[in-house]
Amino acid sequence: MPIYLPIAELSLDVFMLLAIGGGVGLLAGMFGIGGGFLITPLLIFLGVPPAVAAATGANTVIAPSVSGVLSQWRRRAVDLKIGAVLLAGGVAGSAASVSLFGLLSRLGQIDLVVQLTYALLLGSVGVMMLVEGLRALRRVRTPGSPLRRLHWHTWLHGLPLKLRFPKSKLYLSVFLPLGLGLIVGALSGLMGIGGGFLLVPAMIYLLGMPTSVVVGTSLLQIIFVSSSVTWLQAWSHQTVDVMLALVLIFGAAAGAPLGARLGAKLKAEQTRVLMALLIVAVALRLGLNLVLTPAELFSVETHLVVEQ
Amino acid sequence: MRRALLAAAVLFLLAAPARAQPLVADLSSHLIAITTGFAGTEVLLFGATEGQGDVVVALRGPESEAVVRRKSRILGVWVNRDEVTFTGVPSFYRVAASDRIEDIAAPATRARHQLGVHYLRLGTREARPAAETAMFREGLLRNKERQGLFASEVGQVLFLGPRLFSTRFHLPSNVPTGAYTVEVFLIKDGQVIAAQTTPMFVSRVGAGAEVYEFAHRRAASYGILAVLLAVASGWAAGALFRRA
Repeated sequence: MPIYLPIAELSLDVFMLLAIGGGVGLLAGMFGIGGGFLITPLLIFLGVPPAVAAATGANTVIAPSVSGVLSQWRRRAVDLKIGAVLLAGGVAGSAASVSLFGLLSRLGQIDLVVQLTYALLLGSVGVMMLVEGLRALRRVRTPGSPLRRLHWHTWLHGLPLKLRFPKSKLYLSVFLPLGLGLIVGALSGLMGIGGGFLLVPAMIYLLGMPTSVVVGTSLLQIIFVSSSVTWLQAWSHQTVDVMLALVLIFGAAAGAPLGARLGAKLKAEQTRVLMALLIVAVALRLGLNLVLTPAELFSVETHLVVEQ
Repeated sequence: MRRALLAAAVLFLLAAPARAQPLVADLSSHLIAITTGFAGTEVLLFGATEGQGDVVVALRGPESEAVVRRKSRILGVWVNRDEVTFTGVPSFYRVAASDRIEDIAAPATRARHQLGVHYLRLGTREARPAAETAMFREGLLRNKERQGLFASEVGQVLFLGPRLFSTRFHLPSNVPTGAYTVEVFLIKDGQVIAAQTTPMFVSRVGAGAEVYEFAHRRAASYGILAVLLAVASGWAAGALFRRA
């Protein structure tokens, strides 16, 4: 059954979109991520213009993040103070990247930049997660191995303006969460992702936050950054397709609880390795696109002379 | 001599309304409505000719500018490098003929009336060597054809008896909105002896139209609504999941 998407300006099958939303929701529920990094490339693959895919991806990510934060909030697993600092950075970063998005679109380089950041970022994060996950799996099998360090101490931790974050039991410079928020915010504007797959490892390894509050706090950050990206893209480029987002959200809402149940059956280490494999696969696919000789060297972007 | 010519012209003008028109044609529908369930549609053109001749029909969408970019390899990565902007590009183009179009019209006639994708008159913003421009133009045509917006293949105009003819155009789901023109030519011995132009409009109606209008006219409020809808559905899904 086709549905006409007024902003993407094409028809897609409703059931296919629901299935995509459901599949992404399943993975999101299983791994505790928004799934934006899967939605945007999938939409582009279906023929949705990249600008619309990124903006609508950001809109879609809001919904699973809200339901995620709600359940984490009930478990008191959200650090509002560090969340607020991350958020300030995130909103500033997303505002900058939405303008950058417009500039790169005009220059005809947006696809390249999006694919390149996707490939590099997903690739490096995925490989790191995979190595770490496999090591953890081996540790589980051989008990008695030495404990790993909780987090790395670098020059970053010597920065001034230190603040106490009681919920996370941290005392660190405000510039660390602010900078992290800025970077993730900038990437989400560009790539239409929530940034959970970046934020979660960074919060654990870089900031040294306890794992119990990481998921809830990162989801809180994702809600606000994705909302800010959605609004900015809608306002400045009119690229948010509400119709498309709602169908995807509906599918994701059905898939997420199923994924959460599946995820609960797996061991944490196994889940991490599976998620790392998924991320590496997406990165490889996008990376190959950039390196392999394309079938068509020419691409076209059209503008109507008279807007009606 | 001059008086004789004038008399002939007056006679011709007086006689014109009384004579049968050499060509009449119309569309099954002048308004193509893109509704929420739109998955493409067909439009039927039908008409009649007076006397012998072949019929060629050209359907052209609203004019647009097309930026064509060519990728080159830089440090192992394929990057958009050179670009040419074409002007006067129809956003949609189809042509149909009652016989092999090469046999109906000479290249000069096809060029004059832009019959066939290779005869479209496109301007360029940048001055480049002709061979370069031709490559970009070919790239443009291939892309448009792949998107289903152009068809290099000529459609079939069917004659039902000696005078009545009809043809069908398929409009895909990604058909651009706007004002189209349908030009019908009656061609005899390679010469256009009659022509008629009919308008056609493609526009969004219903929910899709309202969403589009809202998104473009009141972008800020639309953005807020998009965020609120997502938050509300996330909230609802969370509440449902909790109960389950």
